Amino acid sequence: MKKNWWKILGALLVAYSIVAGFLFAVPAQFILHETIRNLYFHVPMWFSMMVVLGVSATYSIKYLSNSNFNHDIVAAQASNVGMLLGVLGLATGSVWAKYTWGAWWVADVKLNGVAVSMLIYIAYFILRGSIDEEQKRARVAAVYNIFAFVMYMVFIMVLPRLNDSLHPGNGGNPGFNKYDLDSTMRSVFYPAVLGWILIALWLMTLKIRTEKLKRKILFND
Amino acid sequence: MTKLKSILFFAFLFLSMRAFAQESNAVEMADALYQSGKIYVVVVVLSIIFIGIIAYLIMLDRKISKLEKELKNK
Repeated sequence: MKKNWWKILGALLVAYSIVAGFLFAVPAQFILHETIRNLYFHVPMWFSMMVVLGVSATYSIKYLSNSNFNHDIVAAQASNVGMLLGVLGLATGSVWAKYTWGAWWVADVKLNGVAVSMLIYIAYFILRGSIDEEQKRARVAAVYNIFAFVMYMVFIMVLPRLNDSLHPGNGGNPGFNKYDLDSTMRSVFYPAVLGWILIALWLMTLKIRTEKLKRKILFND
Repeated sequence: MTKLKSILFFAFLFLSMRAFAQESNAVEMADALYQSGKIYVVVVVLSIIFIGIIAYLIMLDRKISKLEKELKNK
């Protein structure tokens, strides 16, 4: 129970963000209207995805430095959870875009960047699946994963800021910046982000433990 | 009398125009949903779903812990 406090904290923070996210006042904005509340649910998906993908890339580097097989398991499972969150973020963003920008998908730097990065990560899973020899798979996958993480960050954090984008927080687009995001919204948004990060890490540890169990049963190691 | 009527007419016209202009300038929010209190239904539904998922995760977590223990003792 003592070492599980962060899981409880994560659940409580997200529960709070659901209640407060619907009941607290939000600024009235044109086009957005009440959909501004999506900020509490759509954006934390991406934040938590970046955290677990960061964990994945870190463990890939660790694997390359000491060839500990457990590190390869962490890297693979973390990127797995990261993709789940990425798909959820993309799906929720698409719905939001339909009702504010008028289309499910627009050819925007941020959106296309995410789409390309998703393909890069899908290639990572295909790469893992296509190499049978374990040492070789772990090594090649680790190198590729580091590349994939760097590309992802460039595509979703760097390039959209260098170009004009519809998506808030990029280019010349005034999004949820300091003028829009008032203190009431912050009091819900930041706990929501932290809560979802903790839940994502919880999911990640569950995946890692299951994989380790599987390996113990199947290969006795 | 007709003069008074026309003054009243224009006064009301002016007032209604102002009210109309205000309405079109305001950002439409789901105020009715909040006033009727039905938003609480949405909050309760989402809370139930979230609590259900968390309960499922806790059960999964316990199951994995149990398996880990069993495998260790074997």
